Amino acid sequence: MTAARSLSVTRGVALQCTRKLLKNPLKALPPVILPLFVFAAFSGALSAVGDTPGFGYYDFTAFLFVFILYMAAMFVGVFTAFDIAIDYASGLGARFMIAAPQRMAIVTGYVIVALGRGVVGIAVVWAIALATGMPVRGDAPEIAGIVVLALLLNVAATLYGAGIALRFQSTASSVLILIPVFMALFLTPAIVPRDRLGSWLGTLAGINPLTPPLEAGRGFLAGDPVSVVLAFALAIGLVIVFWIWAMRGMRRAEQGPGATRRRGPGRRRRPGGRRRERGGRRRRPGRRRQPGASPSPLP
Amino acid sequence: MTGPPLRVQVGRLARRSIARTLRQPVLIVPNLVFPLFMLLVLSANGDQVTKVKGFPTHSYITFLLAATLVQGAASATTLAGNLLGSDIESGFLSRIGLTPVRGSALVAAQLAGVAVLGIGQSVLYLLVGLAAGVTVKAGIGGALVLIAVSLLFILAFGSIGLFAALRTGSAQQVQSLFAVALGLLFMSSMVMPRNLIQVDWFQTIATYNPMSYLIEAPRSLLVSGWDGEALALGCGIAAATLIVMMTVATTSLRSRMLGT
Repeated sequence: MTAARSLSVTRGVALQCTRKLLKNPLKALPPVILPLFVFAAFSGALSAVGDTPGFGYYDFTAFLFVFILYMAAMFVGVFTAFDIAIDYASGLGARFMIAAPQRMAIVTGYVIVALGRGVVGIAVVWAIALATGMPVRGDAPEIAGIVVLALLLNVAATLYGAGIALRFQSTASSVLILIPVFMALFLTPAIVPRDRLGSWLGTLAGINPLTPPLEAGRGFLAGDPVSVVLAFALAIGLVIVFWIWAMRGMRRAEQGPGATRRRGPGRRRRPGGRRRERGGRRRRPGRRRQPGASPSPLP
Repeated sequence: MTGPPLRVQVGRLARRSIARTLRQPVLIVPNLVFPLFMLLVLSANGDQVTKVKGFPTHSYITFLLAATLVQGAASATTLAGNLLGSDIESGFLSRIGLTPVRGSALVAAQLAGVAVLGIGQSVLYLLVGLAAGVTVKAGIGGALVLIAVSLLFILAFGSIGLFAALRTGSAQQVQSLFAVALGLLFMSSMVMPRNLIQVDWFQTIATYNPMSYLIEAPRSLLVSGWDGEALALGCGIAAATLIVMMTVATTSLRSRMLGT
């Protein structure tokens, strides 16, 4: 019974999001357009970098392509998370929560939408790259490997954004969703190989969990796979970590927008910054308690 | 009805504009941090880029700093437009229309906030650049001119934001200009000199893109020393934009006031 209802909620959320997108298809463009802009700019302006000594990859456009593909996949997840923030800010999320016996069914619905959008975005980026004459050396299973890695990162970005959106339940949280993803993407060997990066960026790229999937994707495209197991392990690890993050976000969402941790026994801050009295009751304006009087049992 | 002299009108409104701008950390911080992040990240990729034959400098961060200054200046578009847009939405502009304040004073004063913030921003970028190894080929005088050129660019971009806010009457719609500015910036000679761009279609776009000349003006001070042509082109485009945008913004304000 619970499973069937959860499934119905997941389907309802996914259908609702899809319907919104179909009504306003222009909303689906920005997460794909922005990476394509970066692709055009960097492959156009920096193509000479591919000819420099020590570059070591067969084609500069192909080198950049994997970064752009992951960027598009992750941005689709980020923009789906914006929808979560909008739905919760408008009160629709609260209605979903009343209907759902298992709250993660709601997040699953959004993840399914993000995956669908991700597949379309990935197809568009591939089509444009191939149309511009990007050479591909990998075979079909290797190309499938790049796509699966991109989809895993899409899910990870959606779940990360969901965690933020559920915690803040405000459209203002979109900055906190987008900026860290953008920064994490650029703190990888985006334009040149890792051994050619400056010292500090090289160090950061070395510990960035997005670097192995990026390098594995480039290996797949060149028909020379590298660090495949590590890349998939990290991508799946990101999905698991952000699933837990989103689940905790949902728990916070159940407490209402802006809910914070307990600071100590009987001390909890309200969103307005006013402190509750011991016992959780809030003092009403205009009704001052007399010193020594017992708290009224009336609400 | 006679009001206070123009100087006093501009002064009071400018003070309000400065205070309002500096009280918006949510708008200021991303505009301040994002160009710096791009500077540091792109420059860390730079050893390979400077190996391109004919590249004008061995320091990619010196080359990129000009684009960072222009990117920071471009943020004045959304900042100025946002503040004026919220003035329109809140009814402040309609109320001020009942007073003897001149339209030109109102429009000019709106730029004071972004100008003050922009100078601080440009100095910060320059200091970060210097700390990271940037050298100014034109010397100390060149560094001062760099700040002055940035201020001119900030005013030009700010005036575009004001015009957009007066035309749309909405702070939210002005935000879309950020994407346009970013797109123009990416499709310019931001990361590579125009003569070294190998892809023909991109070189053509970069040549017709005015953003390329805005970047090349401060870049000349940093990379090649005093270059009158680059400075004249960049400053000329910015000054023309400022004059045209301020004129059309004042006209738009007048028609908006008549509507009110």
